Amino acid sequence: MAETSHGTGGLTFDKSKRAWPNELNIFIALILIICIFEALGQLLPYMNGQSLLFDTKGRFDSIFNEARIKIIILQVSIIGIIALGVTQVIIAGGIDLSSGSIVGASAMIAMSFAQTELVNGNPNPKAIFGPWAMDLPAIIPVIVGLLCGMLAGIINGVLIAYTRIPPFIATLGMMVSARGVAKWWSRGNPISFPTEDYAWIGSGMMPVIWFVLLAVLFHIILRYTVYGKHTYAIGSNEDAARMSGIKVARHKVLVYTIAGMLASFAAIILSAKNLTAQSGMGLVYELDAIAMAVIGGVSLAGGRGSIIGTCLGMLIFGVIISGFTYLKLDAFYQEMVKGFIIVAAVVLDQWRQKKAAAKT
Amino acid sequence: MQDDIVLKTEDLTKHYGGVHALDGANFELKKGEHVAIMGDNGAGKSTFVRQITGVEQRTRGKIWLYGKEVNFTGPIDAREAGIETVFQTLALADDLDVPDNLFLGRELTFWNWLGPFRFLDYKAMRQATIAGLEKTAVKIPNIKNTIRNMSGGQRQCVAIARTATFHSRLTIMDEPTAALGVQETEQVENIIRQLKSVGEPLILISHNMRQVMDLVDRIIVFRRGRIVANLKRDETDGQDVVAYITGAKGDDVADVA
Ligand SMILES: Nc1ncnc2c1ncn2[C@@H]1O[C@H](COP(=O)(O)OP(=O)(O)O)[C@@H](O)[C@H]1O
Ligand SMILES: [Mg+2]
Repeated sequence: MAETSHGTGGLTFDKSKRAWPNELNIFIALILIICIFEALGQLLPYMNGQSLLFDTKGRFDSIFNEARIKIIILQVSIIGIIALGVTQVIIAGGIDLSSGSIVGASAMIAMSFAQTELVNGNPNPKAIFGPWAMDLPAIIPVIVGLLCGMLAGIINGVLIAYTRIPPFIATLGMMVSARGVAKWWSRGNPISFPTEDYAWIGSGMMPVIWFVLLAVLFHIILRYTVYGKHTYAIGSNEDAARMSGIKVARHKVLVYTIAGMLASFAAIILSAKNLTAQSGMGLVYELDAIAMAVIGGVSLAGGRGSIIGTCLGMLIFGVIISGFTYLKLDAFYQEMVKGFIIVAAVVLDQWRQKKAAAKT
Repeated sequence: MQDDIVLKTEDLTKHYGGVHALDGANFELKKGEHVAIMGDNGAGKSTFVRQITGVEQRTRGKIWLYGKEVNFTGPIDAREAGIETVFQTLALADDLDVPDNLFLGRELTFWNWLGPFRFLDYKAMRQATIAGLEKTAVKIPNIKNTIRNMSGGQRQCVAIARTATFHSRLTIMDEPTAALGVQETEQVENIIRQLKSVGEPLILISHNMRQVMDLVDRIIVFRRGRIVANLKRDETDGQDVVAYITGAKGDDVADVA
């Protein structure tokens, strides 16, 4: 073997030179938004110096307003679970508009296997099936619900990966169809009165616990496994991924399937928490989930973003929504502002993309 | 079949609908030999590469690698058989860093029973990357940088380092210096010289006559999907080659085999 004489130049692995992580910017944005609400609490005359996150009345052991913080986190954690799935879909260069409708359909179908036979000694007034489907172990409705999400996700994935239908259109179709399934399932009637075991899944702070477990799991998956690496590679440059031998179509099916299953798991938690399932459940959750991801730095162009970012995006989303309640603004304004946040997040992403493209 | 033939194709043909991008290519490459493929844009050079490397499925024809007939169903097959390719489009993922790109599609992993969720061995991949870069003398300021933050020359170097990091039985480079400056071109040429010195065979696609005359043993000319010339470097000159490229010479198809 010939020795080379043309030196190795400044080849380094320099941790200190790593780029400023995007997540840090988003964390700073979160802190700034909290500061703005705290300042408004002090400055607006009708607020009487109330605080958003801090305990001003000595009600709690810590300096924080624990009740409100709990509400903020609880409020966003179910949509946050959907956002975890949406995050990997967007990183893979796709989009999923069907998650809200998958929530509706999965909640209805799962709940009809989670009912209890006797409510206060009387037969369940909302019974969907006969006695055979009553008081089943909670694992059965959970599996049924997850299978619904899995099926919807597989259909999404196969349509996108094996036909040339753009993700936007394929999942839009699923959004309409799955909502149709949710309405057709019980002819529009709500399905209620689950078993105690099923209700436990969504009781108290359980939604937050599920969210944290899943967020940690998907952080590890996206950052440390082959699945994660291929997801980023496909979103970065699909042709390169294909030429490198990644089975792109198969991978995409897996990505959408996982997203569908996370949406259906959110449906299970939501129906267990509310003790009922309705066909309108999860309406526009897909947009909230996409907004959380995009606010958190997940690029709609694909290839960039992280679970940590999405978690921060979720908190920003939660703080802004709660902040408006705290400022005693009407629910109408909240809706308007939510729309504004979504558009602003996308504009910010476009701007980031332009900056990234300028470097290319 | 002779033992010293690395790659042989017979009647290799690719049609895209009505476009005859590659037509009846008979080609041979001997052990340790460096061969250049020249020809105008659209002559079918990249198409030829895509058929050999399993990126596309050929319309007809046969391919032998080291005397064994091969039918690659995808790029991984070709790579596992020992063909390393720098594609014209580079095939790099912009948002990943250098080790990620070098090992894309063939990651070093552990806990493989987890299937698609098996874990990446980042440390081993980083060390192999550094070793590979040193072997090729490629200069990358920081391997944790994403490809997006690199110059055209650095990208090209990463793509080339990828072929050099893995022991290959045949290296193919499709216009590796087309987008590079003088210094970067020199670096790539040094890598090619080094492959020559260790006896690794190479197919180089290039428009650069000086480079071709400097580096290779033999020149193949493609025109309109056909091989029209097979010239020993020592028995030809630039003018002769250009005459074949433009069609001034050699309208009847040369049989290379
Ligand atoms: N995927 C494709 N579909 C249709 N035509 C193609 C495709 N790829 C290449 N071609 C055509 O095949 C011919 C050869 O292209 P190519 O191999 O890229 O040429 P070269 O690399 O020699 O410049 C061109 O006419 C090109 O337009
Ligand atoms: Mg070409």
